[in-house]
Amino acid sequence: MSDSTPAARWIPLAIFAALALLLAAGVWLSRNPDREALPSPLIDKPAPQFSLPVLHEPERQVTLADLKGAPFVLNVWGSWCPSCREEHPVLTRFAETKRVRIVGFNWKDERGDALRWLDQFGNPYWVVIADIEGKSAIDWGIYGAPETFLVDANGTIRWKHVGPLTDTLIAGELVPALDAIDPQHEGAKP
Amino acid sequence: MKALLALVFALATLFATPIARAQVGTDVAPLQFKDAREEARFHALVSELRCVMCQNQSLADSNAQIAFDLRREVLALMREGRSDAEIKEFLVARYGEFVLYRPRVERSTWLLWLGPGLLLLGGGFVLSRIVRKRATARGPVADDTDQEW
Repeated sequence: MSDSTPAARWIPLAIFAALALLLAAGVWLSRNPDREALPSPLIDKPAPQFSLPVLHEPERQVTLADLKGAPFVLNVWGSWCPSCREEHPVLTRFAETKRVRIVGFNWKDERGDALRWLDQFGNPYWVVIADIEGKSAIDWGIYGAPETFLVDANGTIRWKHVGPLTDTLIAGELVPALDAIDPQHEGAKP
Repeated sequence: MKALLALVFALATLFATPIARAQVGTDVAPLQFKDAREEARFHALVSELRCVMCQNQSLADSNAQIAFDLRREVLALMREGRSDAEIKEFLVARYGEFVLYRPRVERSTWLLWLGPGLLLLGGGFVLSRIVRKRATARGPVADDTDQEW
């Protein structure tokens, strides 16, 4: 490179700087601890239709139409799921505020195990529907537990979280999302 | 034994993923195919789909429970007479573009598809400029005979 102009001598440094910038951007983009969570394509789309038996009364079916009319939170759980247990006290605290109906989506569980789990830890749910086969779960784009959806009064999915809920997350994301779709209820907050 | 397996499985997931998501550890019977053609089509299709739970595996390779369920769903859709494109659309509508190993060409993926070509073109352009500049700096190549290769 003896014949290079002074400007050309900076080219390797510029390339290095560009690569370093790219690397820094990669690190910056992966700062989110939930980076492996898939963004749901169902946000702001109508919730999928379903008809599923109630866990406590298997002969009774609940459909999406039954739940419409007021917003509800759909929480996916299973007795086989350790992080659901971790999430359980958080969900219970939120349920006690009576801000919104929390519908349990018991996913690929065995009925006896699920009932025992609720007996042991307490039942924070307004109603629990059971998807033993996991067919409705595919329509919801569910791929693990816990997962939590917020559905508005018209049956449109407004928000989704993949992984266990935390108090911070509920206060910072779920409640504001609820306030946005259901403002008249705001006074009922504790 | 089943409970132990489930526990081991659950613990493995607990430590494998930062957000500690769980999956069911129950066994599922392998899928039964009608004939070799159906099996070949099924395998071609699921190896093009990414598992949503264990994100570095295809739907064909994954042992996650959700992968079992999705494979069963894909086979059911095939038997309903849906085309490969329709089945992919079915999964994209529920799980997002992520499930496709070969993303579709649209505005958000232009950079992905055209990026390598653009880089190659850019590199080629820079290279040709450098080569041309050196050629003019040294003048016509006259000392062929001195070269030692």
